[in-house]
Amino acid sequence: MAVQYLAANRFGLGRRFDDPAIDDPKAWLTRQIGDYDPAPAALASLAGRDAIAAAYVEYRGERQAMRREAADMPMNEEEKGMDPELRRLLRSAIRRHYVDASAARLSAAIATSTPFPERLVHFWANHFAVSADKQTVVGFAGNYENEAIRPHVMGKFSDLLISAAHHPAMLLYLDQAQSFGPDSPFATRVRNRGRGKAPGLNENLAREILELHTLGVRTGYTQSDVTAFAKALTGLTVAGLGRGAGQRLMPADARPGETVFIDRLHQPGAQTILGKRYDDTGARQAEAVLRDLAVHPATAKHIAAKLARHFTGDVPPAALVDRLSADFLQTGGDLRSLYRTLVASPEPWAAMPAMFKSPWDWTVSMLRALKVPALGERQNIAAMFTQLGQPVWRPGSPAGYDDKVATWAGSAALMQRVELASRVAGRIGDRADARVLAPLVLADALTPETRQAIARADSPGQGIVMLFASPAFLRR
Amino acid sequence: MILSRRSIILSGITVAAAGALPRFAYAAAGTPKRLVFIIQRGAADGLATVAPTGDPAFAAARRALADETAGGAKLDGMFTLHPALAATAGLYTGKQAHFAHAVATGYRDRSHFDGQNMLEGGGSRPYGRDTGWVGRLLTLLPAAERDAIAIAPAVPLALRGTVQVGTYAPSRLPQADADLIARLTAMYANDPLLHPLWDSAVKTQELASDIGGNNGRNGADLGKLAASLMLPEDGARVMMVETGGWDTHSAQRGRLAAQLRGLDQLVGALQTGLGPAWNDTLVIVATEFGRTVEVNGTGGTDHGTGSTAMLLGGGLAAGGKVSADWPGLGAAARYEGRDLKPTRSLESVIAGAVAHHYALDPKRVMTTLYPDA
Repeated sequence: MAVQYLAANRFGLGRRFDDPAIDDPKAWLTRQIGDYDPAPAALASLAGRDAIAAAYVEYRGERQAMRREAADMPMNEEEKGMDPELRRLLRSAIRRHYVDASAARLSAAIATSTPFPERLVHFWANHFAVSADKQTVVGFAGNYENEAIRPHVMGKFSDLLISAAHHPAMLLYLDQAQSFGPDSPFATRVRNRGRGKAPGLNENLAREILELHTLGVRTGYTQSDVTAFAKALTGLTVAGLGRGAGQRLMPADARPGETVFIDRLHQPGAQTILGKRYDDTGARQAEAVLRDLAVHPATAKHIAAKLARHFTGDVPPAALVDRLSADFLQTGGDLRSLYRTLVASPEPWAAMPAMFKSPWDWTVSMLRALKVPALGERQNIAAMFTQLGQPVWRPGSPAGYDDKVATWAGSAALMQRVELASRVAGRIGDRADARVLAPLVLADALTPETRQAIARADSPGQGIVMLFASPAFLRR
Repeated sequence: MILSRRSIILSGITVAAAGALPRFAYAAAGTPKRLVFIIQRGAADGLATVAPTGDPAFAAARRALADETAGGAKLDGMFTLHPALAATAGLYTGKQAHFAHAVATGYRDRSHFDGQNMLEGGGSRPYGRDTGWVGRLLTLLPAAERDAIAIAPAVPLALRGTVQVGTYAPSRLPQADADLIARLTAMYANDPLLHPLWDSAVKTQELASDIGGNNGRNGADLGKLAASLMLPEDGARVMMVETGGWDTHSAQRGRLAAQLRGLDQLVGALQTGLGPAWNDTLVIVATEFGRTVEVNGTGGTDHGTGSTAMLLGGGLAAGGKVSADWPGLGAAARYEGRDLKPTRSLESVIAGAVAHHYALDPKRVMTTLYPDA
């Protein structure tokens, strides 16, 4: 068994060029649980929520002004072919926040001395996925991972869930920011005045929390549970984005881009969810539901299965799922205990079947291995991952990226990796020797065939490509 | 790429795996039949795509969205086509478009992921099948018509099966040189996963090199790309194109119009690109389920049941028609009081169209594509 390679790549993010050899893999991983730093230096200079919110408001204002202009002005043939909205968004500050945060995420992943917790950050951000296809979400996506996910990956699952569900990125992505209690004081007043349509309920967030974040699909909840939970969630919205019926009701001290609870938007009354009655305690009502969902046996099983799959393969061994699920239930969702049980289990240490690295995993592990800068200073990190088929924080669906071999093992995806490795090798030239790097990076997974293929390369650059495109390095 | 809605329609492009394209030297000539399956991921609103404007309950249920199709082509006394589907309307006039309404797969819950799994897998329950209906169809086709490809980075479930399938995702990275390709071919020779992937990647690169700069930024580009992969004598005969972004929970009016415009241009470019071959091409457009009859509180619609499927091409059995056993939109006529009630199975619509297209025995097609039905 290639335990050193598995520790570094299945659990970690690949061995760094300056990492010492891993003598005791389990101790190395367990130690990282205690050493985890939720606020790594690489993220320190990123903008806060108020700046992101301001950038969005500015972008929207410009867009509206532009639309008015466009309506007044006849277009020439050339202008008809352009997408001005795309061009504007490309230049706008919200896009810059996204690009900066993507680059910082990569820097943090390359620099980290605790790659196992860093992988878990990526895992949980994908479990509680937002997707930057919505213009409101684009700027907030990085802030979401850094402020809603990172602080809680070594805590309780319930706190992680509540934190994710309350972050503006999630509220905006799954339409919660514009969901209002049908009988809330605000909706009732609009209705009574007879002016326009009363604002109403949107069940998107409630449904996805049940289906994706906690219990899992087909675990027995019903449409009425979804609707009742959606009602309990009403009142939660985001301040300072200047649109939607609730904005005039914002408390005066609400900072733009912050999550707020507005009682006048909240559906009054008790709600019954999964057979349990939740009295109307305002903002605490939804939180009480979330705390119960977080420790539900179906949630334990769902989380156990996803975690087990990430660290074993497409079909996680039932024994591992059961062990993780039991641990989760016993500790009430203590994540550190869950990780320790995972590391101590035999199943993740079986070499086969191996997972195929995602574009993110593969790129990070390649860049960690290289001492000299492998990418140009002007390289747009976000664009690079889009090209590789895994745009950062943009899985396109609240289910996040699928975690299976077939998701990433495609013929076009393989060619793209070879092409990126070629580009990296082109920049490095002979400043790295693949024959020296291979035993360090592949460790106990280096086969005689790969060693020979690298040794026979016609140039140092070709050797680098052979190393990073080798069958072992493509897997974890 | 992150940005325009039109690009989002295409950002559903995700790659698939494995397989070999035809052996060039021996590709048989005279294999005219082509099939394109365009999946609309996210539950496209059939009630806005082909709007039942003649239903007496329509305007009241759709409220602010009731005029979404204003200005669209009148298909018959009941249905109006969304105005963004201009090229498609032209096909309808030429009897090259057919819309099947109030259709659904056997799936009756409202999870995208389960619903798409049923639509692609063709099973009777989610995750009931690990191969797809297109993948199983390939086994019925003559060898020369069996070459399938997905414009995606990995093979989607619909195409999985015993026949190997290629994938193609547009790339703007520099191309690997021939010597490196040969060395990697040797390195992957004994790897059961990487060997077929690499084989397919190399062949696809050769075949598609002239459009390698195309990044699929809009529907027209994607349609053009699809046509360029299907037109050559040794090109693909069966294709799957993925589109995402149909989940219009809020602000449906603008979002759906942009989506449909992208789809319309995709179809238009495909028709143009295929030229005379369009007459022997069948395009199937389908989604996992429909959306609620009523508009929600955020100007959108939520997950529903019945929706619309499109059949496009030069040799349809019933072009220029909307087929529906129309259930009505009144509250009592709806499924669970909220959704368009499906009155016909999407599986039978697909199997029927495929059987007609390839002149195959309809029963055999049905039992192969949908063995659990």
